[in-house]
Amino acid sequence: MGKLQKKGEKGSATNYITRTQAVKKLQLTLPDFRKICILKGIYPHEPKKKRKLAKGSSAPKTFYYVKDIQYLAHEPLLQKFAETKIFVKKVKKALGRDELDTVQRVRDQKPHYTLDHIVKERYPNFADAIKDLDDALCLIFLFSTMPRQGKVQPGIINKCRILAVEFMHYVIAAKCIKKVFVSIKGIYFQVEIEGNDISWIIPHQFTTPPPSNIDFKVMLSFLELYTTVLGFVNFKLYSNLNLIYPPKALEDVFTEKSSIYYGDDIYRERLESLNIKLAEVQNLEEDEEIDEELLAGDQTLDDLVQSRKEEETFKNLFKGCKFFLGREVPREVLVLAIRSLGGEVSWSSDSGVASTYNETDPDITHQIVDRPSQSHQFLSRCYVQPQWIFDSINQRKVLPVDDYVAGCLLPPHLSPFVNTEGYLPPEQVELLDRNKIGEDGEEESPREELSAEDKKLAVMAMPKKRKALYNKMIHSNKKKASVVNKLKRKREELDEVREKKKAATDS
Amino acid sequence: MSKRSLERAEVTTESLPVPSLDGVEHFSLESGSESEEEEDLDFGENDYREPLPDEKTLIRPGDYNDSDCSSDEEEIRNRIGNIPMEWYDEYDHIGYDIHGEKVAKTKKEGDQLDKLLDRMDNPDFWRTVHNKREGEDIVLPDEDLAVIEKLRSNSYPDLGYNPYEPYVDFFTYEKLETPLVDTPEPKRRFVPSKHEHKKVMKIIRAIRNGWIKPKEDVPRKPVYFDLWANKTEPQKHNPMHIPAPKLPLPGNEESYNPPEEYLPSKEEREQWENTDETDRDKNFLPQKYSCLRHVPAYPQLINEKFDRCLDLYLCPRKMKMKLNMNPDDLLPKLPKPKDLKPFPSTKAVKFSDHEGHVYSIDSNKSGEFIVSGGEDKILRIWESSTGRVLSKIALPDTITSVKWNKAHSMVAAASGNTLYLLNPGLGDRLVVDSSNKLLQGLTDIRELEHCRWYPLGNDKDGLRTKIVHNSELSNITWHNNGNYIAVTMRDSQSCPVLIHNITKHSSQKPFNKSKGQIQQVEFHPNKPFFYVLSQRYVRVYNLVKQAMVRKLTCSVKWASCMAIHPKGDNLIVGSYDKTLVWFDMDLSVKPYKSLQQHKKAIRHVCFHPRYPLYASSSDDCSTIITHGMVYNDLVKNPLVVPVKVLRGHRDTAKYGVLCNVFHPQQPWIYTGGSDGDIWLFV
Repeated sequence: MGKLQKKGEKGSATNYITRTQAVKKLQLTLPDFRKICILKGIYPHEPKKKRKLAKGSSAPKTFYYVKDIQYLAHEPLLQKFAETKIFVKKVKKALGRDELDTVQRVRDQKPHYTLDHIVKERYPNFADAIKDLDDALCLIFLFSTMPRQGKVQPGIINKCRILAVEFMHYVIAAKCIKKVFVSIKGIYFQVEIEGNDISWIIPHQFTTPPPSNIDFKVMLSFLELYTTVLGFVNFKLYSNLNLIYPPKALEDVFTEKSSIYYGDDIYRERLESLNIKLAEVQNLEEDEEIDEELLAGDQTLDDLVQSRKEEETFKNLFKGCKFFLGREVPREVLVLAIRSLGGEVSWSSDSGVASTYNETDPDITHQIVDRPSQSHQFLSRCYVQPQWIFDSINQRKVLPVDDYVAGCLLPPHLSPFVNTEGYLPPEQVELLDRNKIGEDGEEESPREELSAEDKKLAVMAMPKKRKALYNKMIHSNKKKASVVNKLKRKREELDEVREKKKAATDS
Repeated sequence: MSKRSLERAEVTTESLPVPSLDGVEHFSLESGSESEEEEDLDFGENDYREPLPDEKTLIRPGDYNDSDCSSDEEEIRNRIGNIPMEWYDEYDHIGYDIHGEKVAKTKKEGDQLDKLLDRMDNPDFWRTVHNKREGEDIVLPDEDLAVIEKLRSNSYPDLGYNPYEPYVDFFTYEKLETPLVDTPEPKRRFVPSKHEHKKVMKIIRAIRNGWIKPKEDVPRKPVYFDLWANKTEPQKHNPMHIPAPKLPLPGNEESYNPPEEYLPSKEEREQWENTDETDRDKNFLPQKYSCLRHVPAYPQLINEKFDRCLDLYLCPRKMKMKLNMNPDDLLPKLPKPKDLKPFPSTKAVKFSDHEGHVYSIDSNKSGEFIVSGGEDKILRIWESSTGRVLSKIALPDTITSVKWNKAHSMVAAASGNTLYLLNPGLGDRLVVDSSNKLLQGLTDIRELEHCRWYPLGNDKDGLRTKIVHNSELSNITWHNNGNYIAVTMRDSQSCPVLIHNITKHSSQKPFNKSKGQIQQVEFHPNKPFFYVLSQRYVRVYNLVKQAMVRKLTCSVKWASCMAIHPKGDNLIVGSYDKTLVWFDMDLSVKPYKSLQQHKKAIRHVCFHPRYPLYASSSDDCSTIITHGMVYNDLVKNPLVVPVKVLRGHRDTAKYGVLCNVFHPQQPWIYTGGSDGDIWLFV
């Protein structure tokens, strides 16, 4: 017989630690603990027997893994946190004594830390960092549009803006855009980087005052990490594409112009316009051969070549098109969308720097406008609404412009992210079907359907646990179906009304 | 200051390493008070000295005024004095000359537009100055512009003036014979300051002890480099790490221009607004804008991202298996009921004569007749094929249980505390006669410990014997050979079970002690086993060895009834808590299967003697026929498949179907209900 196991020496009693205990153990304040958890990516865990662990109390308690906390205890940043605490004390003391030169001297010695090692720890490979980029991009793009006179320091906003612009430049250079969706919350972009789909939201270009019920400390801690991650990711992405980092315009390299030539503001504005070609480190030729080892399973070489060809045509969707943007359209997202699919774009030189040609250019094929009527129309070009660009990208082909002519009623803008379950409007069903014909989807063998009575009898024969699960599933399916049916009914009613109206106008 | 004193000062300066401060102070005091530009000017006023080599080229401010400023010398035409010129705005003239003549305006002053045009046309516009008093435009010459430029850049306006000429030291060109001040220099001028030494030492100590650190060169901007250049093996501290799930991507309803069916109706909108923020199924209302330029800002986006941040660091993460399957796949793979025929499925005959609940029914061995009894205290014998009542026998109390003897022509009926044995006189005459003989063997009243046997003679109804017990009978059962009958008395503590021997007219009490409230007892079909069902257990006794063999745990709260498979190895128990439990005696003392098919308490269960069927009747007015196949192969577990739900009875006073019995030959079933009907399903 083995040794008697004593209570509290093994299992969840030693594996978990409450938050208060953890804070005490690390000798931190709660805000500092929060920050270190955010930076290191430590999150609480739910023990299996929570009630037992909390000694019968049902008060809400947060539990962390003991190993996680031990891991935190070795973090060099904790030292920096302690130094910062002392620094604040020193400054306060000197300020209280009115010793301004001491304040200055202490301020010069403010503890400084970087998060490089944490980034490397959390993302040991580049691919890991790429996979986790969604939240980082969302937050950085959001902060880059914050008002500069708000609670957030303008330095942070500037940093976010620079990183965001750099990333957008990469998207243009790599042509990796996949889907765009204009929602009421903002504009969703999806790109593919190293085989990972990354989607983020760019808010509409208005600055809104941030609400008061938000703890900016938490968001800024996240932002601190995310800016570091995105900085390194940008560097790596640029170097993968052979581009100079930080980005520099190609023509500036040749003429050796720098920010001193343009002045800081103009130089930044030129970068932010996204309408410059980036300078490369040096020209390298890539071999385009396909490695046969990369072929997956039943894929043949032809399939792969075919898919690559399709990919290539999509990447050059707007090649040969020359766009001119009106004043009233959101410029940045359109430039990002158009240029990353091979189009050329410009705008009136009054509305911003880095316009490459003006409105009178005879080669312009499309002018993107969002006003119902124009004062002067060139006959040689199409006047389309911005939705045409987005719908074309989502359907992966240049759509006919008839439905999108300036001033006309637009067809609905459908989400490219929907999955086939749930309600699909008829327009989308049509689109999906069209795509499917090309793919010739597999047909599932029809299942033997049980009659309602037989089903009831079969349910009777189920064990209790299974039956509960079955009933739950049936319930949730019914709920989903009711939502779908509701939408379907609505649509039918709308269609009826529309037809009646049509008939009335015809007669 | 005299020339001599200057000479003396010169001597002292020469003799000392540090120039004397006195002279310098004196010098600056005098020069500062007089004028800000020229030091040598002051000296020129007080002392005589020879002109310096460059002095002729110097132009003094005063000279400049005299020579270059021509404005004073020019003839002034307009003699109106220093008055505001606006006074003359509305006149054609701008003043009067020395002779009192009007000075006419040379040019009418233009408005802003004229000025703008002038700016465009006139290349010299920028260097033109308008003299209001004289009413003329003066184009500034290049020299004047140069002066203006100098003034703007805060330097001397004079073009030729050089403020940094080589310094001519006029103190030292002639040595003084006697010093200006004769006091000896104090010692402190030659030793290092102690006060300063203290201060320096303090700083040195602070630096040595690390209290003061030299200013570090901290890079202001973050430095990025190829972090993933050298591939090291990742040190994962936590293999249990769960990456945060990504946010779901938006659907059509979030579009700025969604299809119209997504737009909420007025009621939906109100409902959404009235629900609490945390209870809403989505955090926005779909909206439609006719064009992109009408789309406003979405201020809640930051709240959304904040919530995401909170989720990332506050939420415990857990892997959850998401079932993405058709619920029908969960259904057990069972043979189809139509492949398991025959079983009763349709209503055939209704036997309606009873008033009140039918508590018990039984069929004879051939299945031609059935007997039933119930609340109305009348025992009825029916012809099963037609539903005709053959005979009615009134008994003094409610009939709780009737059982037809399968060996003799004999029916046992429990009415109150009395067990009646009667011979219905149906079927084979020989059997009827032998049964009569058997029952008439008792001639006198027989008093036993727990009961009394009474002979009833040759009653015309067929009643032959009655056995009176001490308490109410709840259940009776015949042994398969027909010689023994076991009765259950639910309320009796001392003697809950009695076994009567028909041939010997004796009674036997199998247990001395009561083991809880006994619901039902059964004989094993071919072995000397005796099953006793209490509220939670089934106890199996060996009657030969007079010992308990097994104790089966029903895992129900309150068992109501049981039935034994004709082969004897399987057992089902119905319970008031809706569960039916199947025991396989070979497997375990725990249930092999526990089925919750009924919605209310189960009242009665029974096995078919020939077909692999069993039935359970319940208060939900249904009888469920289940295919319960037991294989001869011991390895193979029994197959239990529900095949049919029979309905037909009405709910009366919360009771449904109270009893059931299978036809002994055919796959038919009789069910008796609380509504007083008996149904035959075929």
